[in-house]
Amino acid sequence: MSQTLAIDERQDFITTKGRQKAHLKCDADSIAGCVSQRACVYCGARVVLNPITDAIHLVHGPIGCSAYTWDIRGSLTSGEDLFRNSFSTDLREQDVIFGGEKKLTAAIDQLAVKYHPKLIFVYSTCIVGVIGDDLEAVAKAASKKYGIEVVPVQSSGFIGNKSAGYKAACDALFRLIEPENRANVGKTKSINYLGDFNLAGEAWIIKEYFRQMGVKVNVVLTGDSSYDQLKKVTQASLNIMQCAGSMNYFAGRMQETYGIPYMQVSFLGLEDTADSLRRVAAAVGDAETIRRTEELIARELEVTAPIIEGYKKKLAGKKAAVYVGGGFKAISLIKQFRELGIEVVMIGTQTGRKEEYDTINDLASEGTVILDDANPAELEKFMTVQQADLLVGGVKERPLAYKLGKAFIDHNHDRKHPLSGYVGAVNFAKEVYTTVCSPVWKYVRPGGVTHE
Amino acid sequence: MSEKSSFRDVNENPCHMCMPMGGILPVKGIEGGMVVIHGSQGCSTYMRRYISEHFSEPIDVGSSSLNEKGTVYGGEKNLKQALDNIRRVYNPQLIGILTTCLAETIGEDIDRITEEYLIERQIHDLAIVPVSTPGYGGTQAEGYFLALREIVAHLAEPAPKHNKINVFVPNMSPADIRELKRMLEVTGVEYTLCPDFSDTLDRPYLETYSKMAPGGTRIDDIKAMTGAVATIEIGVTVEEKYSPGQFLKEKFGVPLYTLPMPIGVKNCDALFEAVSKISGKKVPEAILSERGRLLDAMVDSHKYNFAGNSVIFGEPELVYAVSQLCMENGVYPKVIATGGPGGKLRELLQGVVAECPEPVEVLLESDFCEIREKSRLRNVNIAIGHSEGRYLTEHENIPLVRIGFPIHDRVGGHRLLSVGYTGTTLFLDRITNTLLERKLETYRTDMYNLYYKEENDLAAEEDEVKHDELFLS
Repeated sequence: MSQTLAIDERQDFITTKGRQKAHLKCDADSIAGCVSQRACVYCGARVVLNPITDAIHLVHGPIGCSAYTWDIRGSLTSGEDLFRNSFSTDLREQDVIFGGEKKLTAAIDQLAVKYHPKLIFVYSTCIVGVIGDDLEAVAKAASKKYGIEVVPVQSSGFIGNKSAGYKAACDALFRLIEPENRANVGKTKSINYLGDFNLAGEAWIIKEYFRQMGVKVNVVLTGDSSYDQLKKVTQASLNIMQCAGSMNYFAGRMQETYGIPYMQVSFLGLEDTADSLRRVAAAVGDAETIRRTEELIARELEVTAPIIEGYKKKLAGKKAAVYVGGGFKAISLIKQFRELGIEVVMIGTQTGRKEEYDTINDLASEGTVILDDANPAELEKFMTVQQADLLVGGVKERPLAYKLGKAFIDHNHDRKHPLSGYVGAVNFAKEVYTTVCSPVWKYVRPGGVTHE
Repeated sequence: MSEKSSFRDVNENPCHMCMPMGGILPVKGIEGGMVVIHGSQGCSTYMRRYISEHFSEPIDVGSSSLNEKGTVYGGEKNLKQALDNIRRVYNPQLIGILTTCLAETIGEDIDRITEEYLIERQIHDLAIVPVSTPGYGGTQAEGYFLALREIVAHLAEPAPKHNKINVFVPNMSPADIRELKRMLEVTGVEYTLCPDFSDTLDRPYLETYSKMAPGGTRIDDIKAMTGAVATIEIGVTVEEKYSPGQFLKEKFGVPLYTLPMPIGVKNCDALFEAVSKISGKKVPEAILSERGRLLDAMVDSHKYNFAGNSVIFGEPELVYAVSQLCMENGVYPKVIATGGPGGKLRELLQGVVAECPEPVEVLLESDFCEIREKSRLRNVNIAIGHSEGRYLTEHENIPLVRIGFPIHDRVGGHRLLSVGYTGTTLFLDRITNTLLERKLETYRTDMYNLYYKEENDLAAEEDEVKHDELFLS
């Protein structure tokens, strides 16, 4: 039996650049039994909202959903750290039979009295969607009782995949940012920075670039943000968006409702970072801003380019496989690897969108395997057939890469060092070098290969 | 032993996980075993992430990926498709189907679906074991034993009597399982240990990778468990309805010895006594030497250990054994906690902590918010349990000795050896050294702050005294 494509239904989700169909199927439900690497709607919603530092994140459901998302992500805070707790109504069989609304009300009561939060998110989980608890009603009553905002997040696991969770989070955010009056909408000359979760301080790094350029950042969504900041989101005159997979819908709604335009940026790699900074400067700045931006880029490049060049000498000619969550990251990684002389030979995402796959297809070199919603068997097959030297992925993919004797780059939400901006580009190059050129491979690969 | 009285409506920072999570591990310990989680996609992914990080191994788990349609009209089609695809790619010998909150709430009849599936596809050489593990039905500890019991109940068939001992183990590290096997082999008894994930979840690096990890308990050996001379079940806290040993006893009359995890002198002795009683074999000299070395270590470290005020948390079976170890060594427990109801834990602990000089808080259905509060109030200075206890270190500066599942913030959790006389010695050293490390880190500053007085301060104090004296005279 052929190992990987024993599953016919998966054919449409996989293509080879230049040899097969240019468009692959994406944004579809995972096929049962395929061992998809995707998580659920709730996960998607929690990813987007969790970095809001002074909010209570209350999971209305059984304990697992809360246990598996407790403080597992590396979003940093400069203020409160309430978000690093995981609260759950810990539903039991009795609650499933008789309904969980009373328990939810009691849970909110206890949390409101104990922590005095301004904001509570209540996440719906699979069973809540089935037993039909009225989250809206409970939230509304609690909001009134305590004079705080209690916002339901409609994230029942079965209503779609992780992307549906991004949308659920964006819907919740959109309710939150509604201004009391519209007089100030779009009035300050500042930008919102969407889709950065301040992993290892990444949002702080990018904000500092903007400060040096003379561009005012209004609010970062959602990395290191707070309730009070969210209330002034609509004052900005431009939204720039990095993680488009999670924030595209939100940016679109803001444009539609408040007339605030948005543009896509990426701060992964030297090329995309410089390009993004320049485009932001051109969009919101004057000649002075543009001059300062060029100075910043030149200053940073002077330091980082030689370092990257040094790593490139050691890494050129290697082949990379990429399997990440969203499309923007995949697109940037193709370019970022080229800066290191590395070609991407396999690339896929969990939740990439059609237009992102089109860009990937344009950027990828001939013969690159492109795949959506891959599984371990496919990753194993294509990493092997395409002779990749390393894989970029998340926690679940790491042991597979290692078992196959491949180097590995952690590009996930629990990373402990920044990968954004110039310092991130250096960190990335260093991480590639660290894993590709480690002496351990000498001992595990036949005929051992090292950089020497 | 004092009891927690109030039950809260909100869990703040969980100390347990859900039932299907626990069910995955025993299936992974069966040769050719594969899992399908019947529910929405996220469940399997979250569980894979945690197991994968703990063991540093690829963990492939199928999902029926229930969507809205499946939830409304029933997930039968999804489940059957999942079984088809898992068979195609992994060619397993046994598939465990574990349900989730979602599947149970919409009332999926997995027994019927499984039966139908086997007939429709005309399958005769594959065991499919449906297990009802709603996430709200219990913790990972109950899920683990229920899945194990269902696997045994499904496979067991009448077999001729033989001399092997059945050994059922709880969630312990692959290193612990290997140590247990070594001890049985040194003693010269034959056994069937189940589930055996000592190889499947701790694979050696090999030149070629296979999707199904080699190793695991052989299915034929499980079938023949009914003819065994006896069963040793390491699971004193496990309720009868979850116990595979109880099943074999009731259905096939296999004598059952229920024992605690062999951590601590008393618990290790209990294991060897049982093995000797069943097999008639004496405890080998080599093992007695190991016992002697443990006693030697206990004496060497007893004063350091007496400085320990411990909080012990995690799965009930481990918590029970670690509490015994701490009592034996004077690392007296102040707080003992588990996230679920704990099975028989509470009643069993009464005997264990009876001689504790101070009352012990036993917290069932607890969470880390409560564990933290009680630990602070009771001046706990050492925490023993899984990685989530890092919360106690961060907030209360209590050092954590990692043991159990999951260990995701350090490497090698699955390589930790803690059972048997030798394993206990190593584990006790980890506890003692954590206390020593803390002492050596802080004693200079502590003593300075407590006893040193600046000359100027002293002079000032003397002046004050003189002033007072003058005033008085």
